[in-house]
Amino acid sequence: MNKLLLAALVTGALFTPALAADYTIMAPAGPGGGWDQTARTMQDAMQTEGISGNVQVTNVPGAGGTIGLAQFATQENGNPNALIVGGYVMVGAILTNMSPVSLDNVTPIARLTGEAVALVVPANSDIMTVDDLVAKLKADTGAVAWAGGSAGGVDHIAAGLIAKAVGLDPTQVNYIAYSGGGEALAAILGGQVTVGVSGVSEFASQIEAGELRLLAVSTDTRVPGFDAPTLMEAGVDVAVQNWRMVAAAPGITDEQKAAITADVKAMATSATWKTALETKGWVDTYLDGDAFAAQLAADTEATEAILKDIGLVQ
Amino acid sequence: METFDLLAQGLISALQVHNLIYALIGVTLGTAVGVLPGIGPALTVALLLPVTYKLDPAGSLIMFAGIYYGGMYGGSTTSILLNTPGESASIVTALEGNKMARQGRGGPALATAAIGSFVAGLLATLGLAFIAPFVVKFALAFGPWDYFALMVLAFVTVSAAFGDSALRGLTALFIGLGLGLIGIDLQTGQTRLAFGIMDLLDGIEVTTMAVALFAIGETLKTASDRDQVNAEVTAVKGSVWMTLEDWKRSWAAWLRGTFIGFPIGAMPAGGADVASFLSYSAEKSFSKKPEEFGHGAIEGVAGPEAANNASAAGTLVPLLTLGLPTTATAAIMLAGFQQFGLQPGPLLFANNAPLVWALIASLLVANFMLLVLNLPLIGLWVRLLTIPKHWLYAGILTFATLGTLGANGAMSMGFGPVRISFELVLLLAFGVLGYLLRRFGYPIAPVVVGLILGPMAEQQLRRALAISQGDLLVLVQSPVSIVLYVVAIVAVGLPVIMRMRGKGGVLSQLATDED
Repeated sequence: MNKLLLAALVTGALFTPALAADYTIMAPAGPGGGWDQTARTMQDAMQTEGISGNVQVTNVPGAGGTIGLAQFATQENGNPNALIVGGYVMVGAILTNMSPVSLDNVTPIARLTGEAVALVVPANSDIMTVDDLVAKLKADTGAVAWAGGSAGGVDHIAAGLIAKAVGLDPTQVNYIAYSGGGEALAAILGGQVTVGVSGVSEFASQIEAGELRLLAVSTDTRVPGFDAPTLMEAGVDVAVQNWRMVAAAPGITDEQKAAITADVKAMATSATWKTALETKGWVDTYLDGDAFAAQLAADTEATEAILKDIGLVQ
Repeated sequence: METFDLLAQGLISALQVHNLIYALIGVTLGTAVGVLPGIGPALTVALLLPVTYKLDPAGSLIMFAGIYYGGMYGGSTTSILLNTPGESASIVTALEGNKMARQGRGGPALATAAIGSFVAGLLATLGLAFIAPFVVKFALAFGPWDYFALMVLAFVTVSAAFGDSALRGLTALFIGLGLGLIGIDLQTGQTRLAFGIMDLLDGIEVTTMAVALFAIGETLKTASDRDQVNAEVTAVKGSVWMTLEDWKRSWAAWLRGTFIGFPIGAMPAGGADVASFLSYSAEKSFSKKPEEFGHGAIEGVAGPEAANNASAAGTLVPLLTLGLPTTATAAIMLAGFQQFGLQPGPLLFANNAPLVWALIASLLVANFMLLVLNLPLIGLWVRLLTIPKHWLYAGILTFATLGTLGANGAMSMGFGPVRISFELVLLLAFGVLGYLLRRFGYPIAPVVVGLILGPMAEQQLRRALAISQGDLLVLVQSPVSIVLYVVAIVAVGLPVIMRMRGKGGVLSQLATDED
């Protein structure tokens, strides 16, 4: 019965309630994804740097983070120890899912990391530059099949923005959604779609091996280590990036918010965090306070506009 | 041959004491989490990731791989003995395996599952070492139209393999298909059939559904039936070990399972569950004793178990050669690689050859360990069945509830101050559905098949049509899809021809009654 005992121990370990947690971080996604990794990296950095004695990570997967967000907003009201990880994908998901809870129902603290969206084609494609792609789009918008992550996410938004920027109808964009960058990658490598659009890190090793050609990156500056122009440089007036943030519970006092912001800032400037960013290939885009609030408001507005253009939100 | 040299070096590295210990920890943990419904290898590896940060890369990757293989093993034990599949890939195993266990043949069922998993794991790992580059080319060539054809084949053969009444089988299948529609549509982001319930946005969890239909439904059925409550269960009839007859019937099934499982596991949208369904229907059509299916046919355990383990090894093909994770566990293993600054992909074999070969070699070691670990325990496991019924079923209920809470324990439903878990409500509701289906003689498995394959088929069909801009011909233009449709037509047509030639007797014996 050795294994039953072990099973019981594993179960026990999973269900042990947080006894003396300084912070509980909710990753509103399943284990393994970007939000989960962000939460677990924060956990490691906060504990290693002595910012918090005991940090717990919980996973509440589903619906672009909106399930976790709703649960967080209703159950943690006024709790100064509760944090939630989120990001740009959540902004889109709140709109497309018509989520009853939005980022206004929590207390955003800071933006932590960012990642450029990459435009790639298979090595044997006749598309060599962004101009070639634009020419194909203009000839027949629907004939260009885009592969990327879930509908309404940053990948889809980038595709819509590009079409709009070159004067085409974003609703005509033939976007094929895959459940993740990995599955989309298979379709791109297999030549079933015309162009791939997803986070740079999803394609990094294939670009390096020469199996994918990187046409451009979506940020306003070039991505170090990749020999590709930004969309702006390639003549398409689009700048968008996928970012991840951390938020606190609603209903906390200004003092509590300031204390949490100080802890998060200490974490985000620590050596442990910086080393982790480097190994994971994440870009530090730390931003807090009013600057972050303004950025968030601007992103939400722009996202709502493009999702309406694409036709995902009425 | 160069590959042999590299593999031998890998073996030397994997056989170092500390790596053996990591492998042992991995397979033990993996078996444990495989046994528990709901807690899968993905969650375990995710929990261990921060812990392993301080360990050396080879050791922790070997441990992760052990967990993955172990999880595939562990799932079969509860399926066979308790009719409670721990993972979606072992749902099919419950069909024949549990029937065997109730006839006192739990020992041979567990043995054929364990040895089949070993054989499949061994062959598939060798496949990973030697033919990975070819397999990956084949897998990448699969377009959405080919996947759709594969799903059609799975639907056709699987529905033909279940139940005596086509009407009842199809009714059950359509319940599953209907439930599969619930949640956010991937292609448009719009919500379907969620009725404003947040927890339904992500659809119905397959393991919750399977555990409810199989375990809870069965508990209710047993409790409601006086004869069943008092019926004596023979825990062990005959030998605990496989007889010569069992071996004869199992070996070909193991091989077929491996050949079905490995390539399907390597496909980006394949998966162990699809492989196990296909293997089950293949076994049923190849079996010399198809009348035993539904009453404890050993091939029905041997094939699917081999298929799901081979598919686990298949998953590593795109992961190691392309950096392409095709399952949740593989995605987390990818994160594990990245944690150590390794980038799986086309360059991994070139840049980190010693590590990759140590990993492949340790899979062979882990596989062997699992066999050694599991075979002696079979005698102990089957004694579970000697537990008096009321205790056994109380245990199953606890087990199922705990596993469901472990997978998704969010207390998301509220009635005033009382908060309950929506997932548990689902578990109980589907448990009642499972009882009603049994009570009125509807087969259970097609519901789960519909829930798993329905959404996959839908997404692939819509992707295919989006890429072709609505041209239906795209579905039958690739050689792979044509072959798959031909196989599907033969699978449907053959029974009709057999019936016309007066072999209907065999077919009516194919009838399965899952109670």
